Amino acid sequence: MTSRHISVFADLTLEDRPAVGGKGGSLGELTRAGIDVPPGFVVRTESFEHFIQALEREAPVRARVEALAADDLDAIGVVSRELRARIEAAELPADLKAEILTARDALAPAGQSPIVAVRSSATTEDAVDASFAGLQDTYLWVMDPEDMLRKIRSCWASLYSVESVSYRRRQGFPEAQVAMAVVVQVMVDARTAGVMFTRSPTTGDRSVITIEGAWGLGSAVVGGEVTPDRWVVGKITGEIPVRDISDKAIRHSPAAGGGIEDVHVEDDKRREPCLSDEELQGLRTIARKVERHYGRPQDIEWAIDRHTNKILLLQSRPETVWSNKEAVPAATKAEDPLLHVMSIFGGRK
Amino acid sequence: MTATGDKRGFPLPSSVKVIPGTEKAQAAYPYHIQFTPDDDKKFWFYNSMHFPEPMCAFDMVTAEAAYCALGAANTRVQCLPTTLGVDHRIINGRVYIGGNGVTDPAEIERRTVEFQKRAFYYYANWETLYDQWKQKMLTLIQDAQALPKPSLPEFEPLEHVHAGRGIASNHDLLVTYQKTLEGYFRMWHHHFEFLLLGYGAYLTFFGFCKKAFPEITDQTIARMVAGIEAEIFRPDDELRRLARHAVELNIDHHFQEGVKSDEVLESLRKAGGPAHRWLEELEKARDPWFNINVGDGFYHYHRGWNDDLSMPFAALPEYMRRSRAGESLDRQVGKLQAERAELIADYRELLATDEERAAYDQMIGLAHRVFPYVEGHKFYCEHWYTNLFFNKIREFGALLAESGFFAKEDDVFHLTHYELQAAIIDLMNAWSTGAPPRGPNYWPPIVAERKAAIAEWSKHRTPEALGPIPDVIDDPAIVMLWGITRETLDNWLSAGDDKNSNEVRGFAASMGVVEGTARIVKSVDEIGRLQPGDILVCPVTNPTWAPIFQKIKAAVSDIGGSMSHAAIVAREYGLPAVVGTGNATAKIKDGQRIRVDGGRGVVTLL
Repeated sequence: MTSRHISVFADLTLEDRPAVGGKGGSLGELTRAGIDVPPGFVVRTESFEHFIQALEREAPVRARVEALAADDLDAIGVVSRELRARIEAAELPADLKAEILTARDALAPAGQSPIVAVRSSATTEDAVDASFAGLQDTYLWVMDPEDMLRKIRSCWASLYSVESVSYRRRQGFPEAQVAMAVVVQVMVDARTAGVMFTRSPTTGDRSVITIEGAWGLGSAVVGGEVTPDRWVVGKITGEIPVRDISDKAIRHSPAAGGGIEDVHVEDDKRREPCLSDEELQGLRTIARKVERHYGRPQDIEWAIDRHTNKILLLQSRPETVWSNKEAVPAATKAEDPLLHVMSIFGGRK
Repeated sequence: MTATGDKRGFPLPSSVKVIPGTEKAQAAYPYHIQFTPDDDKKFWFYNSMHFPEPMCAFDMVTAEAAYCALGAANTRVQCLPTTLGVDHRIINGRVYIGGNGVTDPAEIERRTVEFQKRAFYYYANWETLYDQWKQKMLTLIQDAQALPKPSLPEFEPLEHVHAGRGIASNHDLLVTYQKTLEGYFRMWHHHFEFLLLGYGAYLTFFGFCKKAFPEITDQTIARMVAGIEAEIFRPDDELRRLARHAVELNIDHHFQEGVKSDEVLESLRKAGGPAHRWLEELEKARDPWFNINVGDGFYHYHRGWNDDLSMPFAALPEYMRRSRAGESLDRQVGKLQAERAELIADYRELLATDEERAAYDQMIGLAHRVFPYVEGHKFYCEHWYTNLFFNKIREFGALLAESGFFAKEDDVFHLTHYELQAAIIDLMNAWSTGAPPRGPNYWPPIVAERKAAIAEWSKHRTPEALGPIPDVIDDPAIVMLWGITRETLDNWLSAGDDKNSNEVRGFAASMGVVEGTARIVKSVDEIGRLQPGDILVCPVTNPTWAPIFQKIKAAVSDIGGSMSHAAIVAREYGLPAVVGTGNATAKIKDGQRIRVDGGRGVVTLL
C-alpha cells in the first residue's frame, strides 16, 4: 500500500530517500532484499508538508522562522517554543490521519492492535543538521493509536528545536525545503538485541564482524546503559576468536502502559552469554548478505524475538568511520612477484 | 639483537649449573657445544620445539648435522641478507640455540645482491628443482637401504678370498658406519635446500594477510596455503584404505579395540584365505608409507610405524566401524580443494583495491608454489630417512651388545657418534687381533651413568631462554622456524606470574569449543588408553597421530605451531586443537575435565 502520504517498506528502495529519509529507505531496501525486518510503513515528507500547509492556514510557520536573525537566540527560543507547542497540539488533517491509522491497523492481524516504534527518518545527509533535527528521536513500545499520532508530531516538532532552527538560520537554509519522514515499525519483543559492525571498529579489518548484544530491547545497548557482551566473528570462517561476556545488570523491557522501563537482570543471567553460537552464526550470515547487498561495510541494529527466536534487523546504515579514512594498501603489485619476499628476507625497513 | 633495560630477565648461561652427579655425562658432549663465559653476551632459547626431552649422547648428531646444514644454506648458499646460521649449545641434555644476525647495512646490501641471484633462481625454477630434489632423496634412501647389516664372520668368506677382494670384513664395518653417518649429514643439507625459501614465501603471504586483515587468525592463513595432496597425508590414507579392504574381505572381526598388533597379525596369519590377501596389501602399504615415526624424527626412540605397528593398528577398529556404517573413508580431496579456493576468493573480495588484489594473487601464487616442499619434505627427511638411519645404528648396537659392549642394542645411543666410531674400531681391532675387545670393560659403567643423567635431567625444568633480552627478534630464520617473537619472550618472562591460573594457553590451531575428559598420552604405548570422545593431551602431535584423531574430541599438545602438520590435520578433521602450550601434559591431570577452545588457543581446567 503506497499513497502520496504513506509507503509500506516493501514498496521502498534507497532511491526513495528524498521522500522517506535514510532510515525509511534503508528498511525498504532490506525488506526487498529478503532480509527479515519487522513490518512497517513510512509517513512520507509529503505528509509533513500536508500537515504544515494546514498549520500555515491557521497562522504562519515558515515565515516566522525565516524572519529570525541567526544570532538572536532569545527570539529563536520564543519562536521555537511556540511552534513546537503548535505542532504537538495540532490535529492531523482528517485524510492523513485516516491513512496513517489504516496503515497501522494493517500491521497486525485483524482485530489485534499492533505495538509500534515511532522513529524520525532524516532526509538530509548533513550529519550536524540531522542530529539537531531529531535523528535520535525514537519512541518505543507505542501501544495506543492516538499516542502514535502524538509521537509522529513530536518527531516533526523536533525540526523546530532551538539548535535546529539556529543552525538553519546560520546556514541560510530555505525553510520551504525543511521536511522530515517518520518510520512506524512493529516492535520486536526482544529476548536479546544489539548492534553489529561488518568490520572491526578498532582495526578496520573487513574480515571480521563485531557483534554486541545484551538482554532485552536494543535501546539499552544503543543508549549505552549496559555494557554488552561482545564477540568478534570471522566473517568468512565463522571462527569466534573473541568472546567478552560482561555483567549485564539491567535490561530494557516493555512497560505495562507502553514505553520502556529498566528491569534488573536475574542474578544467574547477568554473566551468561546473551547469544548462542548458533545465533552468532545466524547474525554472521545476515551481516554478509546485507554487506554484499550494499557493497560496503554496514552498521546494523538487530533483535531476537523472545517468542519465535527469529533474528530481525531493525536498521542498517553504512559504516562511516573507517570507510572515510584514506586506506594504506597492504601491498601493491610488484613488477617481479619475487620481490615481495624481500619483505621477509630484506630486514626491517 | 641488542639488549634492553628490561628489569625482568633470563638467567645468563654461566649461571645455569650442570646438575650435580651428571657432570661426566655433560662432558661427553663435544667441546664446541659446551657453554663458555663468552656465551653470556648472547641471547639463547631452549629449542623445545625440536628437542623437548633431554638428548641422549648419540641423538645430538641430529642437532649437529641439522645446524651444519641450516647454517650453510643461510650463510653460504642462498646468502640470506640479514641472517647467518644458528649456534647451538647443550646443558643438562637441553639444546639451546641462538641466531647470528647481519646488522651492517653495507653487508646486508652485498648479501641482498647475492641472495637475489640465488634464491630468486630457486623460486623461478621451483618445480624442476623440487623434482630433482625428490630424485636425490630417493637415491639417498636407496643407498642407505643398500648398506649391509654390520656383522663379522669367523673366517672371511672364501669367495672374497678367491676374488682377490683384498680387504677384510672388519673394514666393511667402518665403511658402513661412515656411509651411514655421511648419509645423515647429507640428508640434512637436502632438508634445508628449500626450507627457508619455502617458509619465507609462506610468511610473505602471511605478513600481507596480517596487514590487510589485522584480526585474521593464523589458522585461517594456514588453511589458505595448506596443500591437499601432500605425501604426509598418505600414511593415514593408506590406513583408511586397509580398513575398508578388511571390511570388504569380511575379516574385520580380527581387529578389536585394545588387542595388541602382534596378536592381530598372528590371528590373520592363522586364518589364511582373505586374511592373507589383506596381509599382502598391508605389506604394500608399509613400503614406503609406514616409514613415518611417532615423533618428529629427532629421537632414536621415536620408532616408525614399520617398527611398531601399535600406532596404525590402534586406528583401524574405528575406521572399520565407520566403514561398516557406510561412511566413505576417502579424503574428500575435491571438497577440500573447493573449500580452499572459496576461502581464498572470499578474502580476495574483501580487499579494498585491484592493486591489492594483484599483490595478493602474486603472493598466494608463490606460497602455493613452495608449499608442497614445506609439507612434503618431512616424509622423506625426518621420517623415512631418519628411521633408516637410527635403525642402522641400532644394528651396530646389536652387534656391539652381542660382543658384550653393553646389555641392550639401544644402549648404543648413549655413545656419541664419535665414541661409537671408536667402539666400532675397538671391535674391528679385536676381530683382527683375535684378542677380546676392550669395550665390555669400558662402556657398561659409562652407559649406566648417562642413563641416570638423562633420568635426572628430565626431572628438572630448564629456563626457556638465557642471556640478555633482545629488543626485537628480527632474524627471519628464528621467526620462521621457531615462531619466536618478542611477544613470546614477554610470555616467558611473565609465565611465573600466573601459576595458579586454571588456564593453559597455546597456539590456536583448529577452531571449536568442546568439553571432555583429558587423557594424557605421553608415548605411543599408551594410545590404547584413549576412549572414543576423550581429549588427547600429549607432548607433541605430529602427522603420525592423525589416524587416532578420528577417535577423539579435541587435541592439546606441549609442542607445535599453528602451521604444524598436526594443526593442518586437526582442521581437516574439524577437531578443536590447541598446540604449543609448553606444559599441558604437566598441568592437566589424567581424567580431568577440561574445555578446549581451539579458536582462542585456551584450555580451561574445569
